[in-house]
Amino acid sequence: MDLRFTDDELAFRDEVRDFFRSALPDSIRRKMIDGHHPSKEDLVTWTRILNAKGWAVPHWPVEWGGTDWSPVKQYIFREELQKTPAPEPLAFGVNMVGPVIYTFGNEEQKRRFLPRIANLDDWWCQGFSEPGAGSDLASLKTTARRDGDHYIVNGQKTWTTLAQHADWIFCLVRTDSSVKKQEGISFLLVDMKTPGVTVRPIQTIDGDHEVNEVFFDDVRVPAENLVGQENKGWDYAKFLLSNERVGIARIGISKARLRRVRELASLERVGDVPLIEIPRFREKLAAVEVELKALEMTQLRVVAGESRREKGKPDPASSILKIKGSEIQQATTELLMEVVGPFALPYHPEEEGRNEPIDGPDWASTAAPTYFNWRKVSIYGGSNEIQKNIIAKAILGF
Amino acid sequence: MDFDLSEEQRLLKDSVDRLMADRYDFESRRRYAKEPEGWSRELWGAYAELGLLALPFDEAHGGFGGGPVETMTIMEAFGRSLALEPYLATVILGGGLLHHGGREEQKAEYLPQVAAGDLRLAFAHTERQSRYDLFDVAATAQRDGGSFVLDGQKSVVLHGDSADRILVTARVAGSRRDREGIGLFLVDAAAPGLSRRGYPTQDGQRAAEIALDSVRVDAANVIGDPENALPVVERVADIAMAALAAEAIGAMDEMLKLTVDYLKTRRQFGTTIGSFQVLQHRSSEMFIALEQARSMAMFAAMMAQDENVEERRKAIAAAKVQIGRSGRFVGQQAIQLHGGVGMTMEYKVGHLFKRVTMIDTLFGDADHHLSKLAEAGGLMAA
Repeated sequence: MDLRFTDDELAFRDEVRDFFRSALPDSIRRKMIDGHHPSKEDLVTWTRILNAKGWAVPHWPVEWGGTDWSPVKQYIFREELQKTPAPEPLAFGVNMVGPVIYTFGNEEQKRRFLPRIANLDDWWCQGFSEPGAGSDLASLKTTARRDGDHYIVNGQKTWTTLAQHADWIFCLVRTDSSVKKQEGISFLLVDMKTPGVTVRPIQTIDGDHEVNEVFFDDVRVPAENLVGQENKGWDYAKFLLSNERVGIARIGISKARLRRVRELASLERVGDVPLIEIPRFREKLAAVEVELKALEMTQLRVVAGESRREKGKPDPASSILKIKGSEIQQATTELLMEVVGPFALPYHPEEEGRNEPIDGPDWASTAAPTYFNWRKVSIYGGSNEIQKNIIAKAILGF
Repeated sequence: MDFDLSEEQRLLKDSVDRLMADRYDFESRRRYAKEPEGWSRELWGAYAELGLLALPFDEAHGGFGGGPVETMTIMEAFGRSLALEPYLATVILGGGLLHHGGREEQKAEYLPQVAAGDLRLAFAHTERQSRYDLFDVAATAQRDGGSFVLDGQKSVVLHGDSADRILVTARVAGSRRDREGIGLFLVDAAAPGLSRRGYPTQDGQRAAEIALDSVRVDAANVIGDPENALPVVERVADIAMAALAAEAIGAMDEMLKLTVDYLKTRRQFGTTIGSFQVLQHRSSEMFIALEQARSMAMFAAMMAQDENVEERRKAIAAAKVQIGRSGRFVGQQAIQLHGGVGMTMEYKVGHLFKRVTMIDTLFGDADHHLSKLAEAGGLMAA
């Protein structure tokens, strides 16, 4: 047992760190540090920089643009990216539908979609949740009825993140209502420009437009857009969700934010004393750092075990990563709120432009929206309560 | 990065696990506790035979050159079985102080005896006023020609009642809370002027109050620099905390296992209570707390011998915080989920709970270490 990175791994870390520092455009870095969302153009620009380097989809198979990095190096890469802080490539493409396509799709689908995902030529969104199918996802009602060489899709998806930018949506649709609910679901790729697809924005409590409702009204989808076999979509969805959970701990993002909290708390003064020297505050901060260190070690244990695990079968311990990862991310946003203090109050909607001077320190305006927005992380990707069900079942045997 | 045990480490783990499974069930433990010293001489002999008592020492002194990972393996097994023997006091603390602070001839004389199971040691350091500050030493050591004369009072000396020799800290120079001026002395338990009063501890182990009244120690039994023993004491305390973290993991793991078994067999309202989601979630939370603590116990093992003292101290403090918090949560919930049964002296889970509770109070509790860590600038530099 040697829990240190090897020399080779350390050299690799330095290499990716240097690259991220030099290649990330300053304007994007500034937005990330200040807690603003990168724009669509920012993400396209950054993804193409990564793709030109061959690093847009390092976890994919080599033949589709991936690398042969070990799980530990994959982890280092992701962590350094988050710590920079640089935007992560669009998860719906590279972490979700991409792996489903190269694992379960046919050759034609792989050739058609994968290179465009890696280069962010196609912006993908996720059509899973429905108004009546959240935690109980398998009860989804959107239907796809076969009609010659097409499916006719009818129904509604919701919480569809960044659908307003999307070229494509991958959907779970019901193709058989006569069987057990998990056994009548298929995985279908739908062009967002198809007639009958409507996107309606949902404004979230932080004032942002991140999620949407997507309506399907007699949408004709070519049958060749079915991934894998009809009625096997639930298996592909479980595969996708378990992949989603591994990246969800977001150690690097929490590290970057804690660093930011520490930095700002040494600038802010309480009377004559920097906030960071107030014992109650710095102990709260240290407590979150301890939790994060523990989670980092847990993540590394999962990563190190990855090469021994059956392919596509995630460690149920990854539910710990989801639960603790989201709790820690939320705790970091609370600490940032505490640093900002009264200057959390002024509201500066992002859409209304930035011509007016901001009231208070210019790093303060995102604290409250970030805190509000990040309540989502314990809800999405399988809520933390669902994760506890998974642990109880998979590990404790209930 | 590699989380696997080496072949030798795996063999060690298998043999310790087997020994404890064969000879340290809860009924046997009850019997061992009733022996005159409060632990089993027979098991002590078995540990010596397996090489456990020689583990951290150099081969030249009859040891195996094992590191914190080997210690972690043993302590986890001890934690699971609630072993009563003075392994921490003798091998980790006493042996550790000699190994890391002693001169060659001191090591050559005493460590082989420890390894063979013939010599029990204890570390007399804590005083009434010192709480968790390792530098707070009021006991004095006056130079008198070539020797020292020790006076003072030492409290909660783990296994101090059955030790043959006792490592004592006393102040040679400076005032009570100075980091410098502390000496470390190896004192025969039968030395004139040393008196001790042994007593049982809350977790079924033993400790002693030790009084030093003009106890003469000759120069040959000074360990290291007589005016600067603190770095060695801190170093060994860190190793001990890493070992205790592993012991706590063993105890927590056992508590979770017993709790899950209980939830699967106990029936109420016509069904096993493990079918209730509120109890499933609680046990999932126990699992998370345990695994987070396990990660930090591994981190502590990795950092316990780190050359960078500041990083080492922060890492151990962080681990102690996590172990303390997880231990409290897992322990309290294990009792709660067992209901009344968990409250009884005849059932194991309460004893595990008591042990992890007491581990938190050894070398600084979670709050103490959180405060130290925060003061030192936290784990992640800005």
